[in-house]
Amino acid sequence: MTNYLDQSPAVRERFDRIKQRDVILEVKHLHKRYQSPQGETEALRDINFKVHRREFVCVIGASGCGKSTLIRTLAGLEKQTSGEVLLDGKPVEGPGRDRGMVFQGYSLFPWLTVKKNVMFGPQMSGFGFDAAERDARQWIDLVGLSKFENSYPHQLSGGMRQRVAIARALVNQPRILLMDEPFGALDAQTRCKMQSHLLDIWRNIDITVFFITHDLDEAIYLADRILVLKPHPGEVQEIIEVPVPRPRSSEQFSSPEFVATKKRLDDLIHPPVDPNSAEAHDDDTMKKSLFRMTDVMDSVE
Amino acid sequence: MNAIARRIDFMSHSPGGRKLLTLTSFVLPILVWCFVSYVPFVWHPKVLVEVPGGVDYFQPGMLVDKDEFAEQLKEMKTQGLALPEGKPANPIYLPAPHEVAKALYTSFVTPPPQADAPWLHQSLWHSIQVIFWGFVLSSIVGVPLGVLAGTYATLARLSEPFIEFFRYLPAPAFGALAIAVLGIYDGPKIAIIFIGTFFQQVLIIANTTRKLDGTIIEAARTLGTRGLRLITKVVVPGILPDLYRDQRILLGWAWTYLIVAELIGTSSGITLFITQQARYQHFDNVYAAIIIIGIIGFGSDLLLEKLGRKLFPWDQAQKRG
Repeated sequence: MTNYLDQSPAVRERFDRIKQRDVILEVKHLHKRYQSPQGETEALRDINFKVHRREFVCVIGASGCGKSTLIRTLAGLEKQTSGEVLLDGKPVEGPGRDRGMVFQGYSLFPWLTVKKNVMFGPQMSGFGFDAAERDARQWIDLVGLSKFENSYPHQLSGGMRQRVAIARALVNQPRILLMDEPFGALDAQTRCKMQSHLLDIWRNIDITVFFITHDLDEAIYLADRILVLKPHPGEVQEIIEVPVPRPRSSEQFSSPEFVATKKRLDDLIHPPVDPNSAEAHDDDTMKKSLFRMTDVMDSVE
Repeated sequence: MNAIARRIDFMSHSPGGRKLLTLTSFVLPILVWCFVSYVPFVWHPKVLVEVPGGVDYFQPGMLVDKDEFAEQLKEMKTQGLALPEGKPANPIYLPAPHEVAKALYTSFVTPPPQADAPWLHQSLWHSIQVIFWGFVLSSIVGVPLGVLAGTYATLARLSEPFIEFFRYLPAPAFGALAIAVLGIYDGPKIAIIFIGTFFQQVLIIANTTRKLDGTIIEAARTLGTRGLRLITKVVVPGILPDLYRDQRILLGWAWTYLIVAELIGTSSGITLFITQQARYQHFDNVYAAIIIIGIIGFGSDLLLEKLGRKLFPWDQAQKRG
């Protein structure tokens, strides 16, 4: 059985190269607590990590582990209780155009056409109409939606909308692209296409990607490193260097490295259940409460 | 069309079915009205005297109660005098549809009873102006305040409790005060429309603003939008189709305050026409005027709805409507 920690020489060499690049994002001792009706909740506890230039980092964890809180804090949409988020060594204060964000839900401006949506960022930063339009066209072309530049978001499919959202975030030429489960609402086939499309974009432009997902395959397929969060409170459990070589393709899903990594992630996210825990008890009662409501002879198996 | 209707009511599915239903919703009340007016045995509690006969106080064209007519008829029979003749009729306050239809036309072409009194179309125009100014003045203050209160929770907490209290005060209660402050002409009338509209307007528009999807605002912030531009470039365009719908509903409410508003100070506009015609018992003209108000209100709303579809092509709620 292949160990997920084993790396081929090519992969190891690649990670060494990545580590020599500049640090784009550094998170130091990040804590986040907030008041809820049930009392004080600790969403994030002592998060520390670094992201290098042009690295692709995925964050994975069970629901409610603070993934969204983490990325929203990086985006500046939420304020940390303590700790630091440094972008190029400078502390992050509030949202800014140096960090592009793609949301899970549809976040396009419904009253603007595709082109105007992408022009929004440049126009906000003081570009004239023509300059903004030129930039927007270039990025719309990059995500392959030139034919739809005058369509409204509601006329596009889910995958196309997220491509516009990516173009809209990238047109500002951010240092890092923050993606909060961007393909979570898409069907399996579209999601697969979007993943390879995103890898193409990432390969061709100077961008660092910080990507949140709860899909293990997605994380392994896309990421250089995977940051595994443990819930209640959200803590970094492990940072995994994905041993699957690049360029990635869907054939690798059954490769030994891929399977080993997935096994490890699975163990981390779904730890063996303690027989005395409430969860185990719940599983137990669920099985017990099942009784037959059909004819014994009428078996479906 | 709403989601419930789409799932449980099948007649409202096809465009043809929908048109038929719209038409029927107007035809049904008119049919009831025709039925009551033209079928003699349905209601007709009065008798229209045609020949007075021996009854000394009867006159041709006079309306008397059915019982009274029957009594006099019996009386004349016993006394052997000439019998009165008449036909069943409805009270004067319920004219038949054709009479109202005629009045709809004649009230426009008949000169006013006094030389200096306004024609009907002048009265109407005056009413429309009162509504317009009341509504516009209310909107100039109410829409921005509503949007700001919907955006900034601090402003909402500061303003909304008082507005919430004030909106329960009936606008006409301020009539006397409005006259004292603004005189007896159009000022107090516009003020009543303003008071009737403004307080609802702030609350409704603040609520609409709050319903804007937060993700859109966050997306704009990550794209470098902040401060006032967040309101002008994101919040306002984001709520515009709903704001427009709110304004249409509020304009309808403004119309309902019109009659009360125009009674304040010197009566004017369509209200003056209605009260005068009622005093002369020209109820066909009264109905005609009421119907004209309905047509103007409903018609302008239909036009605004059509315009809304042109203005907001991205708005799917309206498209489904």
